[in-house]
Amino acid sequence: MRFSALFRIALRSLSRNKLRSFLTMLGIVIGVAAVIAMLAVGQGARASVEKSIASLGSNVLIISPGAFNQSGIRLEAGSGTRFTEDDAEAIRRESDAILYITPLARAGVQLKAGGQNWRTNIYGVYPEYLLIRQWNVASGVAFASSDEKSAAKVCLIGRTIADNLFGAGTDPVGQTIRVKNVPMRIIGLLESKGQNALGQDQDDIVIAPFSSVLHKVLGGTYAQSFFASAVSTEAISTASMQAEDALRRRMKTPEGTASEFTIRTQTDIAQAATATSQTLTILLASIAAISLLVGGIGIMNIMLVSVTERTREIGIRLAVGALGGDILLQFLVEALVISFMGGLLGIVFGVSTSMFLSSTQGWAVKISPVSIFVAFGFSAATGIFFGWYPARKAARLNPIEALRYE
Amino acid sequence: MSNPILSVRGLTKSYQMGETTVHALRGVDFDIYPSEFLAISGPSGSGKSTLMNILGCLDLPTSGKYLLDGHEVQSLDRDALSRLRNRNLGFVFQSFNLLPRTTALENVELPLLYRHDISSAEIREHAMQALAAVGLAERAGHYPNQLSGGQQQRVAIARSMVNDPVLILADEPTGNLDTRTSLEIMDLFQRLNSRNITVLLVTHEPDIAAFTGRQVFVRDGRIVRDIPTPQRLSARAELDKLPPTSTEELI
Ligand SMILES: Nc1ncnc2c1ncn2[C@@H]1O[C@H](COP(=O)(O)OP(=O)(O)OP(=O)(O)O)[C@@H](O)[C@H]1O
Ligand SMILES: [Mg+2]
Repeated sequence: MRFSALFRIALRSLSRNKLRSFLTMLGIVIGVAAVIAMLAVGQGARASVEKSIASLGSNVLIISPGAFNQSGIRLEAGSGTRFTEDDAEAIRRESDAILYITPLARAGVQLKAGGQNWRTNIYGVYPEYLLIRQWNVASGVAFASSDEKSAAKVCLIGRTIADNLFGAGTDPVGQTIRVKNVPMRIIGLLESKGQNALGQDQDDIVIAPFSSVLHKVLGGTYAQSFFASAVSTEAISTASMQAEDALRRRMKTPEGTASEFTIRTQTDIAQAATATSQTLTILLASIAAISLLVGGIGIMNIMLVSVTERTREIGIRLAVGALGGDILLQFLVEALVISFMGGLLGIVFGVSTSMFLSSTQGWAVKISPVSIFVAFGFSAATGIFFGWYPARKAARLNPIEALRYE
Repeated sequence: MSNPILSVRGLTKSYQMGETTVHALRGVDFDIYPSEFLAISGPSGSGKSTLMNILGCLDLPTSGKYLLDGHEVQSLDRDALSRLRNRNLGFVFQSFNLLPRTTALENVELPLLYRHDISSAEIREHAMQALAAVGLAERAGHYPNQLSGGQQQRVAIARSMVNDPVLILADEPTGNLDTRTSLEIMDLFQRLNSRNITVLLVTHEPDIAAFTGRQVFVRDGRIVRDIPTPQRLSARAELDKLPPTSTEELI
């Protein structure tokens, strides 16, 4: 039998039970829409994680006191380990795979400018910090080594602070802010970086020379951690090993005991984050796949009902000369029409759900054409897979028994 | 005499019903020649329908030989039987067996749809011709539930002849119809037969068998008598003898 004829028969029999066909289709619609929306959410999350990891800088290493496990959970408190500028200097001297290194002193502070107040973090760092993080100033200038030497009361601020203290979109360069009542002149506005991998606003920050923060704002001599960068991506692990050796030597850690500090590289962080978002994507996709499976079972159920209801019709068709294959194809086409139409509706529904989520919830969604093809392919495969058994059952009916069926 | 279009030898059919075996056919031998019009009669349960189903290639015999238009039917598989039914046979059933919610024309087209050697235009043309031959050309677009029983049976007859079969098999085609409509159907069969179409009819009504040319009597799974109809009647003539219908009287 011609395909067009099969298609017409399928449409006619589906339109005979419109509500039933629609409900069956709905299972596939929801399944396909779920696959598309879930993949879009999963991939969107992954893309934003990748972006925020890239925003960390390039080939970054973070050295912090205390031992951590791989997921960054502190295992034992720093046991008195303290980092000094000299430690940073030693690492720089002894590790040729390290390009830049800066100590980092961080503190939560209250800012005042005009009548406004703002709580934020101030980072005391060397000028190299901006190079490590590949961070540029949007206006004004970055501070220089001379500012570091003289502990100059200058700072750079992020977009969020500028917006909140001086009004959205204004250029704060040249203004003065009081950090814990210490007046500091804003010499530059940092480029906006958005959120980091943990969802924190990276633009809510004040960056000032390490010496200024340490001596003028905090008072003290210790750095909380070191930020460094390797000369190249390939050199990250070498840089990590060299830094570890240098620090162990300085701290005189005996052979065979664990280091009292932890070095995490950008690669480690990226891998952990990617693994997390991959798990998320797989989880979401499996939920979606299960709903598609349920939709498929719905098709099978309805096709079995349809075959039973139409036993006599099958008998008539067999009597006038339909081959087993003709009957098989007839019911398979019917299942396929359901799953195809369900698939198409599901794409429309899934794409609009994704767009709705991104516009109302602000979720990062990424609809890839691949996921649309995959979802559609799966729905077609579902139709064939779950339509096959009922169709074969129809094709194998005995003509006389089918004709006698009441 | 020419070669038979159908010939069976030692045909048996038994059904296993749990412990007991039902012998529906116990050895049937007979031949049908081109352009014959024959009736199979016999008491209920004698095996008429069973024989009909086997002759119609809808069922296979338990043993015996069946030669139809040169094909050894007993050794064919499912799809070969389907092809044989499609190209060589036509069926008319007691309960019409038209596809519901499908127009008269589409019902007649059905056997042609399962042929792969003819175009849609030819399918439509053949089906229209067959409908015209049973006098229902103007009802082509009607659905079965919009037709009377007699009209439905005429659509079924059009469907049975649309593929130019060597044999039309009809199992109690008038069983569900009143006298007048039965006569109309018999008239139609007689006219088809006069165009050299071979027709095999199952009936338990002697009145109906009287319109055929040969009567085969079955009892207990065997053929007990096979005779030419002594006084063949014309359905047309019988129709003319009927009193006019009440509607005709009103006019
Ligand atoms: N599918 C079946 N399973 C078991 N027994 C069957 C089956 N079909 C027919 N029979 C038996 O075979 C015998 C012949 O049945 P068949 O239908 O051929 O009779 P028939 O002559 O057509 O009767 P009727 O005039 O009532 O239609 C009966 O005894 C019947 O019970
Ligand atoms: Mg019978």
